[in-house]
Amino acid sequence: MKELDTAGQGSIRVTRKSGNVVVLEKDLATEQMVLAMGPQHPSTHGVLKLECLTDGEVVTEAEPYLGYLHRCFEKHCENVDYPGIVPYTDRMDYLAGMNSEFAFCVAVEKLLDVEIPRRVEFIRVIVAELNRIASHLVAIGTYAIDLGAFTPFLFCFRDREHILSLLEWASGARMLYNYIWIGGLAYDVPADFPRRLKEFVDYFRPKTRELFKLLTENEIFVKRTKGIGIMPADVAINYGWSGPMLRGSGVKWDLRRNDPYSVYPELDFDVPVPDGKFSEIGDCLSRHLVRAIEMEESLNIIDQCLEKMPSSEGFDPRAAIPKRIRPKAGEVYGRAENPRGELGFYIMSDGKSTKPLRCKARSSCFVNLSAMKDLSRGQLIPDLVAIIGSIDIVLGEVDR
Amino acid sequence: MEEGAVLSQAVKESAEAYAVIHEKFGDAVSAFDANPTMPFFEVLDVALWQKIALFMRDHPRLRFNYMACLSGVDYPAEEKVGIVCNLESLGELNHRIAVKVRCARTGGSIPTVSCVWHTANWHEREAYDMYGMVFAGHPDLRRILCPEDWEGYPLLKDYKVQETYHGVKVPY
Repeated sequence: MKELDTAGQGSIRVTRKSGNVVVLEKDLATEQMVLAMGPQHPSTHGVLKLECLTDGEVVTEAEPYLGYLHRCFEKHCENVDYPGIVPYTDRMDYLAGMNSEFAFCVAVEKLLDVEIPRRVEFIRVIVAELNRIASHLVAIGTYAIDLGAFTPFLFCFRDREHILSLLEWASGARMLYNYIWIGGLAYDVPADFPRRLKEFVDYFRPKTRELFKLLTENEIFVKRTKGIGIMPADVAINYGWSGPMLRGSGVKWDLRRNDPYSVYPELDFDVPVPDGKFSEIGDCLSRHLVRAIEMEESLNIIDQCLEKMPSSEGFDPRAAIPKRIRPKAGEVYGRAENPRGELGFYIMSDGKSTKPLRCKARSSCFVNLSAMKDLSRGQLIPDLVAIIGSIDIVLGEVDR
Repeated sequence: MEEGAVLSQAVKESAEAYAVIHEKFGDAVSAFDANPTMPFFEVLDVALWQKIALFMRDHPRLRFNYMACLSGVDYPAEEKVGIVCNLESLGELNHRIAVKVRCARTGGSIPTVSCVWHTANWHEREAYDMYGMVFAGHPDLRRILCPEDWEGYPLLKDYKVQETYHGVKVPY
């Protein structure tokens, strides 16, 4: 078998030997030690393995190994028709299923000639923003736990539960919704949904402030995150970062604003970026800050949607759904702003089949995680935990 | 027809960017495909791909500083595999374009662009993992999602899954 010697810049060498045996060769100095973090480790948020080369408590090199949750989403896509792919997208980023469905439907609808009813668009935005809050709550809660604060986690999950019940009420499922369909929705929202949603918004708005007092302004938390894992803006762009990660580096870039889709151009909201007063731009605290402020912006968006949403009179959520979804021949790269960044789908259709020829998912945290090697160089092991937490990875989406 | 107008504006910007590239590289790039969903051009002289990529990133009228996506694609009818790169000038000129590069289906190789955009590093590893094309000059070309000792390249259209993996039956 071909010898594939891929010694990188570090001293972890991977050598492929004959047969099926893979041998990892490492030339280590006496003071160096290899520490495997994961695949089962609470702070890796799933099955991610980091092979760290350490010198005392300093990480000189960390090599991520992924694929433990790989299901080859893209091969599945080539074997099911377009509406059948929607449930699979839920299972990629299972903390933000609505947003994944939204991104996929936006991509396919670019190839189809369908006009989406306005009420559908508003409901889509509402559920996507709700899911964004839920996802950020998990990100913030588990981040707190990574750094040793247990209480915020309980607060976050208590509030997330309200969102999950709202979404369950609308779609029938707590996390894997299959609610946003290509060209429409599975169902209209229940009649009383806007009232209960308004109640939730009013309940949750003070809670975001509470979270600030409890966690964001907590001195221990600030000391653990400020100035750690700094990523300059130009490097972040070169690494393809997106979402709160990129905004944490001070780049005001949000696909809802910069490549608008759905009804986002009609809505008024801020794109928060750190100003460098409270945190250092590009560090872990900035990324946390962006998520925390973004939740309030999502609440504003929901408020406006409730106001502008057309009434349900004579509304059929499935009216615009084509009988047979067969996009015209061509290619499209459609994307949407997920809680973790840019989720894009590259879809290739031959115009004859009801199945895509190719469907590639551009996962936001896959790309964000790829900077891990650079970010971890020279950090302390406890800071490594802070850095992974701030990337907010969902391994279901990284491995697809 | 407001959306149509916006769309054609985006395509026009891509066409202008393409004109700059065409002026410099001439016949090394194909004609511009101005479709409304994903305007693209193809790199015909594969050996020049790295140079074109660097030119696209650094030229003041192009500034494609952000690689949104790199997807591997299989073209079994033409006996080729290739990549599709979606590039964008993020925060600077705000235009977008897609680039296609293709190589032979067996034993083909494409120059790496991971030195131009860091994003390409893992994306190219993924394309190699799924399609088997080699990215010449890549610093760390290993499988990324499949195990190291997996056989075959899963996203090829004629892929047959291996019978057993470490003594475990694979197809279920």
